[in-house]
Amino acid sequence: MSSATIPSQTSLPVGRLKSKTVRRVREWCIMGLLIGCGVFSIATTLAIIIILGLETIHFFGLDEVSFVDFITGTQWNPLLGAEKHFGIWPLICGTFLVTAVAMVVALPLGLITAIWLSEYARPGVRAVIKPVLEVLAGIPTVVFGFFALTVITPSLRWLHEGFNVYNAASAGLAVAVMCLPIVTSLSEDALRAVPRSLKEGAYGLGATRFEVSVKVVTPAALSGIIAAFLLAIARAVGETMIVSLAAGNAAKMTADPREEVQTMTAYMVQIFLGDASNFGPEYYSSYAVAATLFLMTLALTVIGHRIRVKFRQVYE
Amino acid sequence: MTDIHETQSGRRLRRVIKDRFFIIICLFAAAVCISTLCILLGSILAQGMDHLDKQLLTGVPSRKPDKAGIYPAMIGTIYICLVCAISAVPLGIGTAILLEEFKPKHPILARLHGFVQLNITNLAGVPSVVYGILGLTAFVEMFKLFGAGGDPWWTLGTTENWYYLRIPFGRGVLAGGLTLMLVVLPIIIISSQEALRAVPNSLRNGALALGATKWQMVWNTTLPSAVPGIMTGTILAMSRAIGEAAPILIIAGIVYITFTPEHLMDDFTAMPLQIYDWAGRPQEAFHHVAASGIIVLMAILLTFNAAAVVIRQKFQR
Amino acid sequence: MLSRSTGILAAAAIAAALSLFVGNSSAQAEELKGAVKIDGSSTVYPITEAVAEEFGAEHRHVRVTVGISGTGGGFKRFSVGETDISDASRPIKKKELDVAVENGVQFIEIPVAYDGLTIVVNHDNDFIKSLTVDDLKKIFLDGTTVKTWKDVNPAYPAIDIKIYAPGTDSGTFDYFKEVVAGSDGSIRSDMSVSEDDNVLVRGVAGDKGAIGFFGCAYYFENTDKLRAVAIDGGNGPVLPAKDTIEGGTYAPFSRPLFIYINTKSAERPEVDAFVNFYLENGPELAEEVGYVRLPSQIIELTKKNYAARKTGTQFLDKNGEKIHGPLAEVYK
Repeated sequence: MSSATIPSQTSLPVGRLKSKTVRRVREWCIMGLLIGCGVFSIATTLAIIIILGLETIHFFGLDEVSFVDFITGTQWNPLLGAEKHFGIWPLICGTFLVTAVAMVVALPLGLITAIWLSEYARPGVRAVIKPVLEVLAGIPTVVFGFFALTVITPSLRWLHEGFNVYNAASAGLAVAVMCLPIVTSLSEDALRAVPRSLKEGAYGLGATRFEVSVKVVTPAALSGIIAAFLLAIARAVGETMIVSLAAGNAAKMTADPREEVQTMTAYMVQIFLGDASNFGPEYYSSYAVAATLFLMTLALTVIGHRIRVKFRQVYE
Repeated sequence: MTDIHETQSGRRLRRVIKDRFFIIICLFAAAVCISTLCILLGSILAQGMDHLDKQLLTGVPSRKPDKAGIYPAMIGTIYICLVCAISAVPLGIGTAILLEEFKPKHPILARLHGFVQLNITNLAGVPSVVYGILGLTAFVEMFKLFGAGGDPWWTLGTTENWYYLRIPFGRGVLAGGLTLMLVVLPIIIISSQEALRAVPNSLRNGALALGATKWQMVWNTTLPSAVPGIMTGTILAMSRAIGEAAPILIIAGIVYITFTPEHLMDDFTAMPLQIYDWAGRPQEAFHHVAASGIIVLMAILLTFNAAAVVIRQKFQR
Repeated sequence: MLSRSTGILAAAAIAAALSLFVGNSSAQAEELKGAVKIDGSSTVYPITEAVAEEFGAEHRHVRVTVGISGTGGGFKRFSVGETDISDASRPIKKKELDVAVENGVQFIEIPVAYDGLTIVVNHDNDFIKSLTVDDLKKIFLDGTTVKTWKDVNPAYPAIDIKIYAPGTDSGTFDYFKEVVAGSDGSIRSDMSVSEDDNVLVRGVAGDKGAIGFFGCAYYFENTDKLRAVAIDGGNGPVLPAKDTIEGGTYAPFSRPLFIYINTKSAERPEVDAFVNFYLENGPELAEEVGYVRLPSQIIELTKKNYAARKTGTQFLDKNGEKIHGPLAEVYK
């Protein structure tokens, strides 16, 4: 694959001169195209920021809406009631509740599985499980939504009667299953990047495998693990299909995972599927919600990126 | 002295017990993960196997569960993914080449370069539903620059031609595919960058030493060596595109469609949307149809993933 | 670049193979072609879906799409000429009519079936047999203090009420609001709302204390999970059924459903064929999916009105005020 074909150098000097200018022009054209590709990605970000920004500003400019109420309000009823309230907190609360349930399950399970994979499992087992994890990470989210609806929710309701038919716990557990392969795979990568010398030193001092794994390897890989966790949280916060199938459509402030909640993403789907056709405040509110969501995931990725950059500096 | 010895061996014992205990926890965690997956796959297979027949693969959606098929959604998925691949792959590889092979030395340019890189990391973290809104505004409505709804502002060809084009695009195949392109572009860029980074520098230096220009070096040396890695990444990105539902839901909505798209502006539905629709219905029988649809979808994805694995195994040194 | 071309080739091969697999059974002589775009109410959706499915079996090359975005959402697209036909579970409103006029969209209004807006509770709920409109006001009005069923009627147990309601864009919601809250009142905000009636069915089916309302087709389709509540409109409790809905004794919740056809679209042969098919087979299919067929004289009237391309709505007077009354009296 790596054999390089070298352009023939047998042409006459004149031809060579000509081909040199041709080459230079071609080089510039290609450079221009490549820069165009780079600009496209910047343009995408700009488009997201401009669209969300403009519509959000428009939203706050409406009479019924105030920015302070939006970021402090605890009532979200854009569609019903005598008076419309646009307080973002019930949606954030719903999002957090689902994410919390998911992370309480996925993070410890994923991390322990990752430690087992990198420190305990035989290489053969690892060689099988790694690609399987990759495949699992590619399962469409609508499949997990279906799973939540047809398996998790009935099981939860069978275990305990207090669970609503749409509830945060069911959606959260499905999101946990979705995030597990990501957490495991990325944490395992981080754990394996810890230099052997560190582990061997610890073993040489008579440490058990548990002590090496938990007291040496995990702390050394901590930044990579945290980056993996943040990525999983960002995925959970932005997850749409599972929550819109299983979590419900009632925006409320609650910490009870048995209750029906509405997440930010579920609200956006509700609005764009036609629940608000007239271009009133409820329609523009979905842009404000999208902007909030965008800022949250942006913060998570930036922090994760910072941590990863630091991590690279330590071990290379 | 014996006292100390005893406490030491006691401590030793405790440490060993801890170690054993941790192994049990590990195995328990792994068992939970594996059994969850078995339940997931098992429940889908159990619900979906009896509907998995020719009717499902070749039929159109129906109000009667046993007559329902996924054919239009399957073709719709293929079309939007084709549009997505044709637009995302060159753009993605181009950006990756720019970022990996043409690193500028000038400090201002280098800073710009770093900014593009950070920007792509951020784009990879944007929730796909946000891309749906972007696609709706930028492709479907074109910022309402050309009027809203009704007759298009400009057209090329008629609905008889496959290349029929109208501005704004409307809720058609092209808008759907381009929106998917936005979703998978960062993934393709990042994986292509990794593939390019894995090419040893000696190859680059060799090419340059023989008098190749930078582009000749990339085209003839770096890129061919990186193709397997790029292909693997691209295939995985495309499998993401096949299963992606949220942005398509925003673009196309839930629509009853019995035909396959004939041109780029035609209405479409995709497999994940059809599954979402069936899964959301209250009748048990439709859940079974949804499960069958999931089996078809997963079979396609597994084929893609298997291809990626095979390519990687074949070219891995 | 290899990956791209192989990807395309593979996908094209799959597409070609599949289309060979399916598309060789259509060789009628004079084939209708073209597209019919329909959007609107999820209450009317089952009828239109059934009609589109049966129509599609006869005319394989006419491309019918049916969306669900609520009556209001449907009219939004219809009134700018984006769709050919709009499903509606209430007549067009003044505001929507104005937009249509502004965009030069003329339409033909066709009632297609009777619906009994059905108030449903969970199948295991054995304490509610009937509700009066006043009970509904207690439960649904904004600012109500009712939390459990005991608050509605001391005879009921203290189970929390969970409400599943259609989206605010749906004609069903509008109709319910008008009956229960009047034109100025409003409905409480702490309900679970969805434009997709299937979501509501699942919600009510899963909760013993739940109550919900939607078109009767979704009830008749799910009688194993839901129970309809008899409504006492002043003359004793009445359950939704074919005769009570058609005869109007299921008051105040029996109502007609409509389709609106863009007059310009109706000039296209495929749309014309579809509407004629709808008029011919709609009553039977409406009954099949759970609605009540219109009396035969109204069906004849709809055929006549469509043939004559009678445009405009008959449910708004000259000042844009809504005209109330039984369908047989208003629709001419």
